Amino acid sequence: MAIEFKPSPSLPPPSNAVGATAWIKNNLFSSPLNIFLTVFSLYIVYLLVPPAIQWAFIDATWSGESKAACTAGGACWAFVASYFDQFMYGLYPSAEYWRINLAAIMLVVLVGMFAIKAVNKMLLSIAIIVVYPVVAYFLFAGGIFGLEIVETSLWGGLFLTTLLGIVGIVASLPLGVVLALGRRSNMPIVKSVCVVFIETVRAVPLITILFMASVMIPLFLPDGLNFNKLLRVLIGITLFSAAYMAEVIRGGLQAIPKGQYEAADAMGLTYWQSMILVILPQALKLVIPGIVNTFIGLFKDTTLVYIVGMFDLLGRIQSATHDANWLGTTAEGYAFAGFIYWVICFGMSRYSMAVERKLDTGHKRN
Amino acid sequence: MSENIKSNTSFLNDAGNRALLFQAVLLVVVLAVGYYLFHNLQANLQTQGISTGFAFLNEPAGFPILIHLIEYTEAGTYGRAFLVALINTILISLMGIVLATIIGVIMGLARLSQNWLVARLATVYIETLRNLPLLLQMFFWYFAVLAALPHPRDSIVFGDFFLNKRGIYSPNPIFEDGFGVVIFGFLATIVASIGLVIWAKKRQTRTGLWFPAYWSSLGIIVIGTIAFYFLAGSPITFDLPEASRFNVKGGMVLVPEFVAVLVALSTYTGAFIAEIVRAGILSVSWGQTEAARSLGMRDSITQRLIVLPQALRVIIPPLTSQYLNLAKNSSLGAAIAYPELVAVVMGTTLNQTGQAIETIGLCMLVYGTLSLSISFFMNWYNKKMSLIER
Repeated sequence: MAIEFKPSPSLPPPSNAVGATAWIKNNLFSSPLNIFLTVFSLYIVYLLVPPAIQWAFIDATWSGESKAACTAGGACWAFVASYFDQFMYGLYPSAEYWRINLAAIMLVVLVGMFAIKAVNKMLLSIAIIVVYPVVAYFLFAGGIFGLEIVETSLWGGLFLTTLLGIVGIVASLPLGVVLALGRRSNMPIVKSVCVVFIETVRAVPLITILFMASVMIPLFLPDGLNFNKLLRVLIGITLFSAAYMAEVIRGGLQAIPKGQYEAADAMGLTYWQSMILVILPQALKLVIPGIVNTFIGLFKDTTLVYIVGMFDLLGRIQSATHDANWLGTTAEGYAFAGFIYWVICFGMSRYSMAVERKLDTGHKRN
Repeated sequence: MSENIKSNTSFLNDAGNRALLFQAVLLVVVLAVGYYLFHNLQANLQTQGISTGFAFLNEPAGFPILIHLIEYTEAGTYGRAFLVALINTILISLMGIVLATIIGVIMGLARLSQNWLVARLATVYIETLRNLPLLLQMFFWYFAVLAALPHPRDSIVFGDFFLNKRGIYSPNPIFEDGFGVVIFGFLATIVASIGLVIWAKKRQTRTGLWFPAYWSSLGIIVIGTIAFYFLAGSPITFDLPEASRFNVKGGMVLVPEFVAVLVALSTYTGAFIAEIVRAGILSVSWGQTEAARSLGMRDSITQRLIVLPQALRVIIPPLTSQYLNLAKNSSLGAAIAYPELVAVVMGTTLNQTGQAIETIGLCMLVYGTLSLSISFFMNWYNKKMSLIER
């Protein structure tokens, strides 16, 4: 007959080892240094956060016609409110805003359709990459179907920023792939052309490329042939980010084990077949974080077009702060710009992390 | 071996031939495009009457430059202006690199801190600054923060330091005759401490005894230099800034343009470096720390001799590209009129002479050289630090 062993129930852990007290003790006050750091950090938070909230919300003025209306001593959001349309669309005629909104909605819907399983992804990609840009271009520029023509010099604000960012990334990705493949090519001339291009572009700041685009390109073109500044700047931005993209993708190509290349060759695939069907899908997947980082960098760098005289979001805000009615509202303008840039960039970086986790098939080396 | 086997493939299907053909076509296209552009360029320059060549570098520039470390007046040549701008670019890049590294290391370590609050604050700092355009940050510092400082007559005063709209005024050291002795003393103590380190290392290899060489060298350098300073009869005097009724005069001035560019560059790049430092430290496996502890090493020694050397191998390559980015990003100073290379050469000089090819080419050449030298130095350092494998 077995004697059943019945332990008495365990005592609860001491109250200072679990719960909030223990957490505070371990994470904030575990040593003299930690106590000092906690107090110091609290002091910094105290210095920064309450005044910021006071300025941005409690003492803020939300509506008004000029700086004179902002008497509460806090942020003058009335400035942002009165210039909001310009910040979003630049000098685009306000009667035509619907065209930009429509194009934006179309893009969101098209991209959103990727989430629907029943849709043919191939057709959808073609729609986005080939059809959509043409439609969007005619929507923005006008000139057909009785749409009023809008000069590109009027394009601006967040619209221009987004346009530069999206076109830059979409155009630079394939170019980057070609450059990366070229750099890893066995053909010496192809390789050296790619290396020279990539290294030259990476060695100079974007400003010099933009200056080249705005000042130098016209000198290299024959008389009479002259395309507009927006296009030149777009070419500059695309070439610039293509060089960075190429390096990111090269990293992915190098990470694919040699066996994959050899297996593709052994299957009798041609160079392009083996690249498109075997190597690139794996390589691109590996470097998605790098690609998104390049995109974030590019998106932030679009602000530089202000220096060559184009008015993107930051440029519009910068010129609005010179308005005599709104002098002294720079901080509000920058806070607004900062909020938009931050939301977009931070959102993209979180998105890339999510994609990375989703696509992770445990294929990573070491 | 292929000579022995008769190939059945047709001429165009042979991989070698195709490669040759393809490259020949590419070469012809590149050369043709190059020639075409060059031809257009010559025609355009002629019709627009733009002169070519670098003769303009010897002509008087006629514009003032706010910050010049070497002698420069409006009567100076474009060449001189170029040199001034180049020095300004190098100055801001080097100072930015030093500051960004300090900020980055502190923030990277802070984000790894066991203290929850410190780690959160560091995260907020990093995620905020990394995700905002640098130009916006520069504008913010220049137009929103520094422009909001009081007028010179209401300067904020800390002892001999004045802070106002026109900049930060601090005492300006004036080096008198005996200062050479101090420099000599400083160099001598450095040589002495290098000798000490070598001796300590040799002794440790021979006998296993450890000597606190780095701390003693620091002591030798600091105390030695101070001693030489007093031996030479205190050869530094200070030109103190003085507040007059409407302005602050004398002293050393850090103009707001400089401060804004430096602060923006170093805090922005610092946020990126912080992430690199964090990743580097996390890349060293915890087992290394445990092993060191079980060998009886103290925490500080574990960090210095076990974790840091291994983390550095991971940190240095991306750190290099951050330094390069910082040097290139210093060109954004042009937007707030910090007189660096782009502002002076591609801005004013280009506008006055119209010689786009030469000025932009010159800038690209300088940035190219700067980039190459930074990456050369960092590659050398990387090689020195990298693990020696079989």
